[in-house]
Amino acid sequence: MNGPHDMGGMHAFGAINPEPEEAEPLFHETWERKALALTLACGALGQWSIDEARSVRESLDPVLYTSSSYYQKWIEALSRQVVAKGLLTSEELETATVHQMPEPGSYRVLNADAVDKVYSAGGPTSMDIDNAPLFSVGDLVLARNMNPIGHTRIPRYVRGHVGEIVLWHGGHVFADDSAKGIRRGEHLYTVQFMARDLWGPDAAARDSVMVDLWEPYLDTP
Amino acid sequence: MAHDHHGDEMTEPPSEMALRVQALESLLVEKGLVDPKALDVIVDRYENRVGPRNGAHVVARAWTDPAYLERLRADATAAITELDYTGRQGEHMVVVENGPKLHHLVVCTLCSCYPWPVLGLPPAWYKSSPYRSRAVIDPRGVLAEFGTVLDEDVEVKVWDSTSEVRFLVLPERPEGTEGWTMEQLIPLVSRNSMIGVEKARPASGAAA
Repeated sequence: MNGPHDMGGMHAFGAINPEPEEAEPLFHETWERKALALTLACGALGQWSIDEARSVRESLDPVLYTSSSYYQKWIEALSRQVVAKGLLTSEELETATVHQMPEPGSYRVLNADAVDKVYSAGGPTSMDIDNAPLFSVGDLVLARNMNPIGHTRIPRYVRGHVGEIVLWHGGHVFADDSAKGIRRGEHLYTVQFMARDLWGPDAAARDSVMVDLWEPYLDTP
Repeated sequence: MAHDHHGDEMTEPPSEMALRVQALESLLVEKGLVDPKALDVIVDRYENRVGPRNGAHVVARAWTDPAYLERLRADATAAITELDYTGRQGEHMVVVENGPKLHHLVVCTLCSCYPWPVLGLPPAWYKSSPYRSRAVIDPRGVLAEFGTVLDEDVEVKVWDSTSEVRFLVLPERPEGTEGWTMEQLIPLVSRNSMIGVEKARPASGAAA
């Protein structure tokens, strides 16, 4: 979707003002620790994919999205997600009172002693797929002009531009479908776009932007 | 910290966000969907055990061991797995190598994708709208904000992390570090140099 999250190339957000690396705390508010941990622990229940979680975050009201800190966005999205998936009811969330307990054993809960094992293992998204890749490293490709309503990982700033395939990663879970709960693979490539093709003559002639794009985003130029 | 409510509840009421997170946690724990001890282990893992020192180890090893550098170039995921820095948000790794005429910079314009097993959780600025919006259109301006001013003849490559592939920048080894051991080199490898917004710390800056 053409949401507020797709901000590559926007102006007016101002200076970065980074905190010095040595001085920056990992969390700026005490509640952020729990925001991170709750988001991960709820994700581990297996009720939604990372793409579904991203889809909910980027569907937040644009005003809320751009005015919230990162962990605020996570909590806003998590609050919606737990209700949408029936983990909590909106009444429970509003009244901060449990009305109905889940059936025992109906969820795979992440236990403390499994945390390190689970996060050290991770969850690879590479997938064997039957069809051969349509493109090869060195090919020129057109990033399609597409504007899907749902989740997608093709940023607006590359759509309609021609780039060159510089890496092929094999089959990977296709984010657009994964966000709808369908886990299937498509070939994934890293595509290099020259900065001047994207941004015009003011960009430095040598500079470029690399973007990972799945095959359904690409066409022959 | 002015906004850190830990321990000062007596003088300042908890923020709306703190209350919301607390309510969410209580409900999920009471329903048996979240193990409260698991929350503590998750925080401890990313606050104390998984951080940029892992990535610095990878870089310093690549600087001192040509065979390792070759393995890192050929298959970064496998080479990083050798050092046990694997897992969530680092399942598929690509290492990009800076040189005298080439500088790499990593961003995630769409969210905050970042190689957790080697760098830990991303800093706040990495997740901020100014960085996400500007890194792709004005990388040299962004670099200058970090004090990194590149000559015009240096090529800048920006890597926008739009898939589950994660990128780690291999910064140039600082001058004057010939003969240094891996242990001596690790402190020179800043987190920011592995995102690509800065160069590695100079040899003279090694605080021993």
